[in-house]
Amino acid sequence: MSRTSRAALAATAAAALLITACGNDDNGTTNGGDDGVDDAGAESIVLYSGRNEELIQPLIDQFEEESGLEVEVRYGDTAELAAQILEEGENTPADVFLAQDAGALGAIAQGGLFADLDQGILDRVPEIYRDNGDGWVGLSGRLRTLIYNTELVEESELPDSVEELTEPEYEGRVGVAPTNASFQAFVTAFRVAEGEDAAEQWLQDMVDNDPQYRERNGPMVSDVLDGSLEMGLVNHYYLYAQAAERGVEPEELPAANHLFGEGDLGALMNVTGAGVFDAENTAALDLVEYFLSDQGQEYFVEETAEYAMVEGFDAPGGLPALEDLDVPDIDLNQLDDLETTIEMITQAGMAG
Amino acid sequence: MPGWLPVLACLTTGLALLPLFYLVLRTTDYPAEDFYQAVFSPRSARLASTSLALTGAVTALCLIIGVGLATLVTRTTIPLRRTLAVLAALPLAVPSYVAAFGWQSMNGIISPGTTFEGFTAATVVITSVTYPYVYLPAVAALLRVNPAQEEASRSLGRGPVRTFFSVTVRQAAPAFTSGGLLCAIYVIADFGAVSILRVDTFTRAVFTSFSMGFDRLGGIALSSVLLVMTALVLLVEGRLRRTSTRYATLGHSASSPPLRLSLGGWTAPALLLAWAVVVTSLAVPGTALAYWSYRGVSVPGSLAEVATAFGNSLWVAALAAAATTLLAVPLAVYIARRPSILSRGLERLAYLAHSLPGVVIGLSVVMLGISVLPGLYQTTWLLVLAYCTLMLPLALGPAVAAALSAPPELEEATRALGKSSVVAYIRITLPLMAPGIGSGFLLVMLTVIKELPATLMLRPTGFDTLATRLWTYTGNESFAAAAPFAVLLVLLAAVPAWLMMSRMLKEAP
Repeated sequence: MSRTSRAALAATAAAALLITACGNDDNGTTNGGDDGVDDAGAESIVLYSGRNEELIQPLIDQFEEESGLEVEVRYGDTAELAAQILEEGENTPADVFLAQDAGALGAIAQGGLFADLDQGILDRVPEIYRDNGDGWVGLSGRLRTLIYNTELVEESELPDSVEELTEPEYEGRVGVAPTNASFQAFVTAFRVAEGEDAAEQWLQDMVDNDPQYRERNGPMVSDVLDGSLEMGLVNHYYLYAQAAERGVEPEELPAANHLFGEGDLGALMNVTGAGVFDAENTAALDLVEYFLSDQGQEYFVEETAEYAMVEGFDAPGGLPALEDLDVPDIDLNQLDDLETTIEMITQAGMAG
Repeated sequence: MPGWLPVLACLTTGLALLPLFYLVLRTTDYPAEDFYQAVFSPRSARLASTSLALTGAVTALCLIIGVGLATLVTRTTIPLRRTLAVLAALPLAVPSYVAAFGWQSMNGIISPGTTFEGFTAATVVITSVTYPYVYLPAVAALLRVNPAQEEASRSLGRGPVRTFFSVTVRQAAPAFTSGGLLCAIYVIADFGAVSILRVDTFTRAVFTSFSMGFDRLGGIALSSVLLVMTALVLLVEGRLRRTSTRYATLGHSASSPPLRLSLGGWTAPALLLAWAVVVTSLAVPGTALAYWSYRGVSVPGSLAEVATAFGNSLWVAALAAAATTLLAVPLAVYIARRPSILSRGLERLAYLAHSLPGVVIGLSVVMLGISVLPGLYQTTWLLVLAYCTLMLPLALGPAVAAALSAPPELEEATRALGKSSVVAYIRITLPLMAPGIGSGFLLVMLTVIKELPATLMLRPTGFDTLATRLWTYTGNESFAAAAPFAVLLVLLAAVPAWLMMSRMLKEAP
């Protein structure tokens, strides 16, 4: 190595270390340490959030401001956080777990890690949207819908029931995301409601009907919007998220949500929810309570276009209110047996 | 040969691979019956064959592209040689998930209504970001090949092309295969690209097992198949090379400049082909990023947020690179000075750990942290340990190459002068290894900047890097907000790639 290039390299490395050292200091002061209590002595709790930071952090900021409590948030993928919590067991640093789907909450509850929530908190939410073991409570709802491109598909062509999608007229036209948790929750609900054989048959018929596979709901909605896909099974709010990213109103987009009615399984309401690990930790309970307060529930409706889990709130734009929905009568606690569902989806040839 | 070296090498390698051992320990908790059911199923066989096919296809393409480009920039008089040489190294800075997203968005822009996914798509995308693994050592090796032998061949009447294939390629072949080895292991462990492009490989099944079934031990059991596949690849590679000459020296110069051919009438096609590969690999993700920023209205939180993420990325990457190279050096010297069953065994273990997906190493560090080192759990230190486990071979390769090229006679002479062997290594061998150690440092740094799954699982709570920020925003479809982080990430990772390449060229005679 020549003298000059060595000097250059050394200088670069020194500069890099200097810059990063400063950067790290900044980080240390803005995020606080790893310990539960910060320098100012304010009480602090640790939240593991499987919900995206963009969706939930503003609400947490509001909570911090109003309560004076500090919330350290660890963001991650819901399933990976669930795996992490199960691995951490009793020693988990988490005080609250906020999950994207009931299945992950069920897995933690089954692992016996959640403490019971106060009856006052539980009573805010209709029974079908919470754990019958009192371990977790639903915070916001995601309705399964069939999104369709309004330029390619006539309203009259849309099915009344999700079960009709296996018919010849939908061959090659319907998008599914078999590795997505919401789709799996729907299949699990199918199994619970109609039995294993019927679910297996439906999946097989779907596969035979040549559906269009997507990895996630986001790309599916993008494809419906740009016309490369006619329709797809998704959650209701993706349309609103895409509208926000494109800076337009949802009605201006060439796509709409089609709701299955009359208790059809296709209209399953899956929930995001939360549970705490220590019943004595009042700060943790305060946070869950705040999510279910009027402010918290309004936030979910307005900012993330989800359903409030407390009755009496408006539904997200253009959709029927929670009380008026005809969702299938499914106990969400029964949706934690994902393993059988995944095996079934895999056996049918939908996913590796 | 002093006795302390094997002990030190075992200690440092053992420390770096601690999570791997812990993982094996934990896998024994898994009921044997379930293990067999998960591992020996028709699905496993199907996934394994897809993985192997993808590995074979990508590795073959990377060898062709990597060696081809390296030959063009070191052995011909192709115009804009140095510019091409540096640019060709840069796709290494593009994370496979960014590349896959980029290619998919480009496809959407160019031909709306079609999809870009499957085996061929994955082969193209992964090749476009992994061929530098072959290209970099190939350039180093081709610059180093002793021109005297080539001249001898020429003087004996062999033409320039025949000389190149019979003399030059043969000397540089160990560097080609070691690059191919890194490509192959990269493909085995890659999750980002195959998940976006929907190819059912084994790694995807490991992730699915975590994310769909909350089946931690099942996922770990499945990843044992990845270890077997890597062992196979190592076996193939072992057959292809002579042990002592596997490594190309990065930054070691030959005594006189290499012979360069004029391409004559082939100049235009060669230029076109070479630039097409390089420009496509860089421009497709680049254009897609620009398009995201242009189309969307979402914006990242603040400049401070971007700056913090940038600083954190640089900080953990530098720390991890320092730690990994530190742990790799004793093993490198050990391998170079005493090739034995033990030293080779340790080296293979390092490569095996490299083939495990980040989430598996991440989870094993969670287990280790929570049960053995609770004080360090969710601190930077355990995160750095996971990086060491994942990246050890990247630091090891160039360091071994450098150690091999440092003449052991110098150490012997020093000892003959009455100095202890520790002094001999520190005063003589280490300085001679410095360029190789530096290359390893840069390679680890670059790879850590791109790493996501282990970072997400092990970072201190609230600690954000460019990669985690990118994950946050793309997870919410906020592509415009994600774009600046992706651009910065690629630019930051491009610096080590550029440094490595420009240093090699500068030192070339």
